[in-house]
Amino acid sequence: MVEVKNLTKTYGNLKAVDNISFTVDSGEILGFLGPNGAGKSTTMNMITGYLSSTSGTVTVDSSEILENPKETKSKIGYLPEIPPLYPDMTVKKYLEFMFDIKKIKFPKDAHIKEVMTIVKILDVQDRLIKNLSKGYKQRVGFAQALLGNPPVLILDEPTVGLDPKQIIEIRNLIKGLGKKHTVIFSSHVLSEVSAICDRIIVISNGKIVADAKTNELSSTLSGQGQLLLEVEGSTSAVCTAINEVYGVKRVNSVGANHYTVDYDITIDIRKGVFKALAKADCPILEMKNGGMTLEESFLHLTSQNQTVKGGNK
Amino acid sequence: MLAILKREVSAYFNSAVGYIVLAVFFFFSGLFFYLNCLLGNSSNMTGVFGNMFMIILLLTPIITMKSFSEEKRQKTDQALLTAPVNLFEVVMGKFLGAFVLYACCVSIFLVYALVICFFVTPDWAVILCTILGMLLLGGALIAVDIFISALTESQVVSAFLSIGVALFISLLDVFTSVTNSAFITSIINAISFNQNYTNFTYGTLDLSNIVFFVSVAAIFIFLTIRVFEKKRWN
Repeated sequence: MVEVKNLTKTYGNLKAVDNISFTVDSGEILGFLGPNGAGKSTTMNMITGYLSSTSGTVTVDSSEILENPKETKSKIGYLPEIPPLYPDMTVKKYLEFMFDIKKIKFPKDAHIKEVMTIVKILDVQDRLIKNLSKGYKQRVGFAQALLGNPPVLILDEPTVGLDPKQIIEIRNLIKGLGKKHTVIFSSHVLSEVSAICDRIIVISNGKIVADAKTNELSSTLSGQGQLLLEVEGSTSAVCTAINEVYGVKRVNSVGANHYTVDYDITIDIRKGVFKALAKADCPILEMKNGGMTLEESFLHLTSQNQTVKGGNK
Repeated sequence: MLAILKREVSAYFNSAVGYIVLAVFFFFSGLFFYLNCLLGNSSNMTGVFGNMFMIILLLTPIITMKSFSEEKRQKTDQALLTAPVNLFEVVMGKFLGAFVLYACCVSIFLVYALVICFFVTPDWAVILCTILGMLLLGGALIAVDIFISALTESQVVSAFLSIGVALFISLLDVFTSVTNSAFITSIINAISFNQNYTNFTYGTLDLSNIVFFVSVAAIFIFLTIRVFEKKRWN
């Protein structure tokens, strides 16, 4: 659906986005994660055609943004970091304007009403945008992006500055939209991305440092898995038994009956561990995945990347 | 383009700007009309039109100061530039929006002409020619000022720069008196907004005057488009 290939943007000597490539399938919700200033907004601006890339291509549904801007833009609904709202217009007038400018073919009134219903702004439709609260403004921005039912939605930090209740509402909205649209959405809050997205791309200093399914991210990031075990039996017997399992790198005893097992992430060692311990007559009381938490791996990744960059200077 | 034009016009009249511009224009044109024609017992409006030159120069920056600077400040340009429209449509929509407000201002002269009709038959050649000239002059100035507003995020900077340019334009003719070179004088006369405009107020329709204003407008609309292109490619 969306294919980004070798996308690069340089400002003078600064590489804001450095050779990024990824594809997003239709119906997928992709989280774009990175610290502030990592290049998320620049990438999104290039995908939507607001900025042009220094090199590389962005293809949406087989049309390229710079070669075929009109057609490509009509397939994208974009909510920038600051919603592009005219404060002196009423919500309805504003949406009518956006409807016209996007040259949408649907019946106007019905479609605008439908979109307003989805984002729940029907009750403020006749109010001036400048008098709305931040949460409502964000939703009007959302409505604007949804106009015309574009197959691709690009949302740049849609939950920044909202209160917890609004954040949950917006999250649910995005989840709901993900069923019908391809969504790319950025955030610097990790828990948010992992709560909504199927897949996460971590970007730091303009480079992709990780691209994985949400549930695999932490293990992919650290490169190795960790298993936490509680096993009954003598420490040496348990260690010997586990060490013989294919894929195990290291066993540590951490307190009475508790062990951590580092293993190669490409191999699932759980069955092997179970069988080996059963054979050694050491019953497993508890076994759970103990990889890095998402937060840890995120910090690990982004800070690691910075050190590398710092060394180059 | 039509959508942007419509929004521009309604934005002028949903805020005070549109009404203030109309009021100022009507006030000064009415004043000049009263002094020249009604008080002076004359049906000749050439003097009125001549006086309006300075008012138009100073009023167009007020019309256009918001055009793009406000869009940039509010980041609404992001919506315009990511919508499936090309830059030409965006800039033309803005230009025509400002031009419609300006045309509303100028239309008051038809009312003055009607007032004269009560007494004598007015000189329609002068009136219609000048209205055309006024529209062309305004169009050229609006294009220049929209270009300026595309350069900055601040309305105030945009207005002051435009007024500065307007003052320069009005002073251009003064340079002819300080130079001996016939060549420079002829160049100044050719690019002088005042000279090009004044011909209309005599009721003469000269193609070169029309071409001058149309080309100025076209050049600056083109440059405005380039400003956004440059920003995008930078």
